[in-house]
Amino acid sequence: MPIWIKRTSFYALVAVIFVLSVFPFYYAVVTSFKSGQAIFNVDYWPTSFSLDNYFTVLTQGVFGQQILNSIMVATGVVLISLALAVGASYALSRIAFRGKTLMLFTILSVSMFPQIAVLAGLFELIRSMGIYNSLWSLVFSYMIFTLPFTVWVLTTFMKALPVEIEEAAIVDGASPIEIIVKVFLPLMWPALVTTGLLAFIHAWNEFLFAFTFMATDAKRTVPVAIAMISGGSEFEVPWGNIMAASVVVTVPLIALVLIFQRKIVAGLTAGAVKG
Amino acid sequence: MLLVLAAVAAYPLFRTFYFGFTDASLDMLDSVNWVGFRNYLEWVDYGDGEGEFFGLLVDEVWWQSVWNTLYFSFVSVSFETFFGLIVALVLNANFAGRGIVRAAVLIPWAIPTTVSAKMWAWMMHDQFGILNDLLMKLHVISEPIAWTASSDTAMLAVLMVDIWKTTPFMALLILAGLQMVPRDIYEAAKIDGVHPVKVFFKVTLPIIRPAIVVAIIFRALDAMRVFDLIYVLTPANDDTRTMSVFAREYLFDFDKFAYGSAASTLLFLIIGGVTITIFAMGKTNVGREN
Repeated sequence: MPIWIKRTSFYALVAVIFVLSVFPFYYAVVTSFKSGQAIFNVDYWPTSFSLDNYFTVLTQGVFGQQILNSIMVATGVVLISLALAVGASYALSRIAFRGKTLMLFTILSVSMFPQIAVLAGLFELIRSMGIYNSLWSLVFSYMIFTLPFTVWVLTTFMKALPVEIEEAAIVDGASPIEIIVKVFLPLMWPALVTTGLLAFIHAWNEFLFAFTFMATDAKRTVPVAIAMISGGSEFEVPWGNIMAASVVVTVPLIALVLIFQRKIVAGLTAGAVKG
Repeated sequence: MLLVLAAVAAYPLFRTFYFGFTDASLDMLDSVNWVGFRNYLEWVDYGDGEGEFFGLLVDEVWWQSVWNTLYFSFVSVSFETFFGLIVALVLNANFAGRGIVRAAVLIPWAIPTTVSAKMWAWMMHDQFGILNDLLMKLHVISEPIAWTASSDTAMLAVLMVDIWKTTPFMALLILAGLQMVPRDIYEAAKIDGVHPVKVFFKVTLPIIRPAIVVAIIFRALDAMRVFDLIYVLTPANDDTRTMSVFAREYLFDFDKFAYGSAASTLLFLIIGGVTITIFAMGKTNVGREN
């Protein structure tokens, strides 16, 4: 086979992969810029540039509030799970005790739990804690998937750090908390950024818990809000608004992915390959 | 940390098991009565010597949703592994613009599931969707298809979106495996004049097999608990309802909290069983890695 055929077919394959990956998002953007009846014409290229849909989505209703909810929940989840995980992974990586491996695997398996299996019990718990329909219910329940993953990755990372560093700190008379804060944290930034990002994306995208534990519109997070945008009837679904809202919540994520591409890939594979 | 995990995972799990043996309903979670296995199986005697079994274990809709879940998981994970392998091999090659393509591939993964469900729902719209338009222009189909509504294509629609969305994850995990293959092996094979296809099957594939097995386990576990995609793309549809959707519908939409809890319990046991089976099958491979 001549080299140019090989090369052309390889780049054709690359092009197919690229187009398939990007097209749905591209088409959502194209649709979101159409107003009125134009939306019902199928166009493969951008034909109009109207911000009507964005204006409607952001000014009518509570979408702005819902974006804020999502930001608050995701940030809270990241901060709390990182704080808890740093302490736990310090213990798991440095202190020897019986059943440690078993414990690590139990922790990891929790993150692969079918979430519906805990839904009934969590619902009862959240109601009895009095945080039903409060953003705290989501911060609390999201720990089920962020904590195991964060602990797992941070433990792997801490194990790789040389023990001599902290021995030196102990000799200098540092307490365990001082060791964590002053010695480990500065070294752990890369791992913290990676796991924090992934926890943020998970929390931002979660649907089942957000859908179940929030009863009023103003308390919902964006995935639920978008799933529930509907018109007067089945035939009046405001597709333009839905696409505009979709673009608004997806753009920050895509920006994060593009900026932190390497970190995200590293985090995703650390969770799996080393497992 | 362990306390939080116990509170958020272990305790609710046991409460779910417990509710499955009670007559709990959404408004009365405080005063529930133990009813034994009634949610699972109950013989109701009609008094004239005839009777019928009721309960989850004889519920046809439940077994249909179990079948849907297993079918969905098997088909989606198979295709994702295949496509993921192709994408990973492409990304492992050196070519101009690799960084851009790798970033593009991550996009489907980063989009929230409900959002991608809506994006695809619009593309698969029966009247104004671009998918029907494209397929008709290419003369693949002669008339528009109601992708998400028709019972022949609903599962196909769900599978398409899922494969689109999670192939990147698969590709990244396999790519990580590929990057651990030492380069000099390829050079040695090249000098010996071994055909590239043969190199792939005899050298590359055996080396990356552990990575693929781990990726498949992760994806299979994830696919079996699928909920949001199906709930948003094809609501209340017998052809795509999975175990999670079934349980959620009974828990909150139909106000049969106990029945939904029983379904959640059974779901947990089924997924646990499948997981153990997969692990037993993959153990030899994973074991070799360590």
